[in-house]
Amino acid sequence: MFLKPGVLDVQGKAIEAALHGLGWPDAAHVRVGRTLEFEVGDTDKAAAESKVRDMCERLLANTVIESYRVDVA
Amino acid sequence: MKAAVVVFPGSNCDRDCKVAVERSTGAQVEMVWHTDTQLPDGLDLIVLPGGFSYGDYLRCGAIASLSPVMREVKAAAERGTAVVGICNGFQILCEAGMLPGALLRNERLKYVCKPVSLDIVNGQTRFTAAYQGRREAVMTVGNGDGNFFADEATLDRIEGDGQVVFRYRDNPNGSARDIAGIVNAKGNVLGLMPHPDRAFEQDLTSADGALLFQSVFASA
Repeated sequence: MFLKPGVLDVQGKAIEAALHGLGWPDAAHVRVGRTLEFEVGDTDKAAAESKVRDMCERLLANTVIESYRVDVA
Repeated sequence: MKAAVVVFPGSNCDRDCKVAVERSTGAQVEMVWHTDTQLPDGLDLIVLPGGFSYGDYLRCGAIASLSPVMREVKAAAERGTAVVGICNGFQILCEAGMLPGALLRNERLKYVCKPVSLDIVNGQTRFTAAYQGRREAVMTVGNGDGNFFADEATLDRIEGDGQVVFRYRDNPNGSARDIAGIVNAKGNVLGLMPHPDRAFEQDLTSADGALLFQSVFASA
């Protein structure tokens, strides 16, 4: 999950400033996101992805401010 | 006159809210646990208090918004019962979809705790009628994620519909258009980051919060 473009990522900005301070002035567009890893019971990849998308819509992401990506391993 | 304060694991202003409503209005206040599946009968007001429900895990208010009691709070709001969410309670109302927008991390990444001056933008709501045309109220904020956000179209719509109730005079957290508190379209659900429950007697810096609770019962 990441904050959508257009939503100010204040943590990303603070980290970017700290990287500049450490001597990496070219660090740009730092964005802070969140990764969740978990298991579901499905053996079918498509079914698992659709289930996890539903989880994202209902709990894991707040789609007012965040976008999300689902990777099924 | 009857009110309920919902207690989530991690709420820390629940007792303050009870005392604030009792002393401001004389109403009887019952505490409701987050797993309760029934609310007391005859409520005029439900308060979602401040704090750190569920440790602010995932996002502030996200997990609390799915508590069993929230189904009842939603149903009561649909029946017209007044609901006030203060601070974490505001975050819960947004996460529950009962109010538009979301609360982001404060712009300067700092927890802010101080009295703030608010413009009473809409004095005609169920929560502001007792201010009787006054334009300013002082209450205390205490938040780290109080930065109100909504997309431009939503901001235009809620401003146009009179849903913006309080604005900061000196924005402490970066909130869009200085918004400190909003109501839903129907006007019976209020969310605000400043704490009326920390401003109900002059000894607490300000007694302006008492008028918010009194407004609800004047119109009940």
